[in-house]
Amino acid sequence: MVTSLIDSARKALLDAGEIGDRDVDRLLGRLTSSHIDIGELFFQVSRNESWSLEDSRVKDGAFHVDRGVGVRAVSGERTGFAYVNDIALPRLTEATDAARSIARSGGDAIVGAAAAGLPTPRYGAVDPLASAGETDKVALLSRIDSFARGLDPAVREVHVTVAFNQDIHLVVATDGTSSADVRPMARFSIDVIAERDGRRERGASGGGGRIDASWLFDTDAAEDYAREAVRSALVNLDAVDAPAGAMPVVLGPGWPGVLLHEAVGHGLEGDFNRKGTSAYAGRIGETVASRLCTVVDDATLEDRRGSLTVDDEGTPGERTVLIEDGVLRGYMQDKLNARLMGVASTGNARRQSFAHLPMPRMTNTFLLAGESEPEEILASVDRGVYAVSFAGGQVDITNGQFVFSATEAYLIEDGKVTAPIRGATLIGNGPDAMHKVSMVGNDLELDAGIGVCGKEGQGVPVGVGQPTLRIDELTVGGTAA
Amino acid sequence: MEAIDMAALERELKELVGRILEEARSQGATAAEVSVADDAGLAVKVRSRELETVEFTHDRGFGITVFDGQRKGSASTSDASEDAVRGTVRAALNIARFTEEDPCNGLADAELMARNLPQLDLFHPWPLDVPEAKRRALETEAAAFDQDQRITNSEGAEVSSHRTCSVYGNSHDFIEALQGTRHSVFLSVIAQQGSRMQNDYWYTTGRVADALDDHRAVGRRAAERAVARLGVRPVATGQHPVLFDPQMAAGLVNHLIGAISGGALYRKASWLLDSLGQQVMPSSMSLVENPHLPRGIASTPFDGDGVATRPKAFVEDGVISSYVLGNYAARRLDMTTTGNAGGVFNLEVQTQRKPVQDLMREMGTGLMVTHLMGQGVNRVTGDYSRGASGIWIENGEPAHAVDEVTIAANLRDVYRNIVAAGNDIDRRGTIHVGSLLVDGMTVAAS
Repeated sequence: MVTSLIDSARKALLDAGEIGDRDVDRLLGRLTSSHIDIGELFFQVSRNESWSLEDSRVKDGAFHVDRGVGVRAVSGERTGFAYVNDIALPRLTEATDAARSIARSGGDAIVGAAAAGLPTPRYGAVDPLASAGETDKVALLSRIDSFARGLDPAVREVHVTVAFNQDIHLVVATDGTSSADVRPMARFSIDVIAERDGRRERGASGGGGRIDASWLFDTDAAEDYAREAVRSALVNLDAVDAPAGAMPVVLGPGWPGVLLHEAVGHGLEGDFNRKGTSAYAGRIGETVASRLCTVVDDATLEDRRGSLTVDDEGTPGERTVLIEDGVLRGYMQDKLNARLMGVASTGNARRQSFAHLPMPRMTNTFLLAGESEPEEILASVDRGVYAVSFAGGQVDITNGQFVFSATEAYLIEDGKVTAPIRGATLIGNGPDAMHKVSMVGNDLELDAGIGVCGKEGQGVPVGVGQPTLRIDELTVGGTAA
Repeated sequence: MEAIDMAALERELKELVGRILEEARSQGATAAEVSVADDAGLAVKVRSRELETVEFTHDRGFGITVFDGQRKGSASTSDASEDAVRGTVRAALNIARFTEEDPCNGLADAELMARNLPQLDLFHPWPLDVPEAKRRALETEAAAFDQDQRITNSEGAEVSSHRTCSVYGNSHDFIEALQGTRHSVFLSVIAQQGSRMQNDYWYTTGRVADALDDHRAVGRRAAERAVARLGVRPVATGQHPVLFDPQMAAGLVNHLIGAISGGALYRKASWLLDSLGQQVMPSSMSLVENPHLPRGIASTPFDGDGVATRPKAFVEDGVISSYVLGNYAARRLDMTTTGNAGGVFNLEVQTQRKPVQDLMREMGTGLMVTHLMGQGVNRVTGDYSRGASGIWIENGEPAHAVDEVTIAANLRDVYRNIVAAGNDIDRRGTIHVGSLLVDGMTVAAS
């Protein structure tokens, strides 16, 4: 299975450029000869297709192909990097020479055999672009448009998009790595605007994963996303001003797991910790969260948006326990940072494309289920906020401050969920907030498959998740002081 | 960076655009538009007084939009080989076969194309090599470490130089090129006091290397900003005036531009629908665009539709005088394009300006915001709620750092309540504005 993956990746990537095995070996040889620790070639072709509907018409479609090779030479903490956006030998040789120019003499190239064992596939080597005909894709969008408009007369605007991607890459390196992956990705999203009595509000929903288009055609998933988007817009039409100040916050299951992604995830990426710029640096073994919190990063989940059979350096995807019962257990690593910190890569090396350098990044990051009933968690709050959906979040990994911006939230009064509130930003400090997690629900959910994580200008797909949980105090950024 | 014959490159790209347009015509497109760009650059980063990364970038790709009557399809690729050209044109036409007709689709009218291109002076190559870039980056970082002993760590200093040649063409026999350079020095450092760490950054950027700020001054400024974030003390939740520093003020102005942009308007996804003629800012303020600013970072003679750009006001004496429109959005709104496909090109906030110290005195007690976080800007309703940090001002003087608060209001009120503007104009980005003092926002704190 995996050997055939390598064969098909070689065929897709090397044959077209008339590059043979001996050429690849010769390029690696050029990298090895300059006293560098690791030299690497990353061949990639990525095909994307999207269709979108607005004004009840499918009037836009786009197709994009990215093809190229990234060449990286690592020497100690130094990295030389160049890339070419065609797969052809002469320019590839130039790029190789440019990348290795950073090497200083005296380094020792790690020349070795490939890591043992074949990785377990976490998704099928399918082609989402070819998995449905154009007519069917266009018909689906129109069907969902009518469906969404039929749900409520307040629905004014409907914007639906489907996007499909297939990414094939081959990575070979002087440490013996020879790895390939064929990664599918599908995503459906719907955005509606509802209007009533002169007031307009937006609602959005969507989902997907490392799958082909069949889930949109064989199930009612697309109708469910439409229902969810319309419901959320209608709820917001009745929203009142959000409160301002510190109070208990209950977060719903699933997508609110963006909290973990921001409050702890980024701060546990290996590069920030090697450099000592993260609030979590040097704290392995310390208690960094309430004992109710166990947080994992898991690339091995089947078909999930953030899953990886192998990462972008050829290391198999793993399940890494980051925080166990509140105690910091480990960081997420790529090869460079792992080597400099004297640990093993955790299979978290990711890059947006061949034209970007890999970094330690999250895959699917979530908090494991606890024992409380969700109702019991809500009932425990006298006055606070219950937040169930977010536009996203952001973190300052150095001071630990993080935000996430609610798009659907409610007041909790005397243990009961009452009025919906206008979108408000919640702000806290990662380590403080994690210590204030006082109840964790038994209802772990992962998000529907819509997340994109940005770091240093590079976007990669990720998953998040969590059960319902209570944080005793977060600052709610409303206007009603 | 490599020396390169830009005239030859421009000729080559123009020929390529011509060939792609011809390929589209021969495959049956009734009209088409093509963009090709060839960008190259060098970025050298040092961290903790050591070389960290040397990055050589070179991208060439193209995008095409084809029209089959009033149907449309787009395709793009990072590969500009002959095979890729044919395949990409075919892919775009295939999409156009399945999309539905839209009467607003099509190229902008031929008479709107930019026929006489102003000279904008945007191309100033910098013969930067790795040793020189490294030397400057090391000096930049060293200046920060030398500035203050509380600077204990660095996230790196980067010196970079990029050049671009982009060509846009369409079936109106319009094929024009734009060459430009951009050079930058960037530094991010960490200040530490006890166990508390704070980071901050500074940068200089521009078309001309000699016109950049001194790189050591960038280092000192980054250090000052990081140190200023130390010594955080709590503040109380309440209504306070908020002083946006120039970088944050540019973001605030950008939300207004977003709300009067064609895409948001025709999708009814704006809190400023039907707002032409409405007073949205104090009558002392105007938002004026100059796409022809010599050496301007966002200067361009034509927009993303090939339409000639021209200086104009979007807000005049506080009143919305023009939307921000490309060709498609303009047709959707039954209007004429303003030459803004791709956004605004050098926008200046024109008003009476004062030294920032005067703004602090005028504010008395409140929050000066130097950092904002998160996505809490709702373009449909104008609801604004964002994570913030900055400096607490008391009796007109900086008192202490503030962290982990939010600022919130509806944008309609925010722009109306701008009470003063600073003369500390930041011209590094697309929006040129100084500090802005806004009355009465809700500051929420723990």
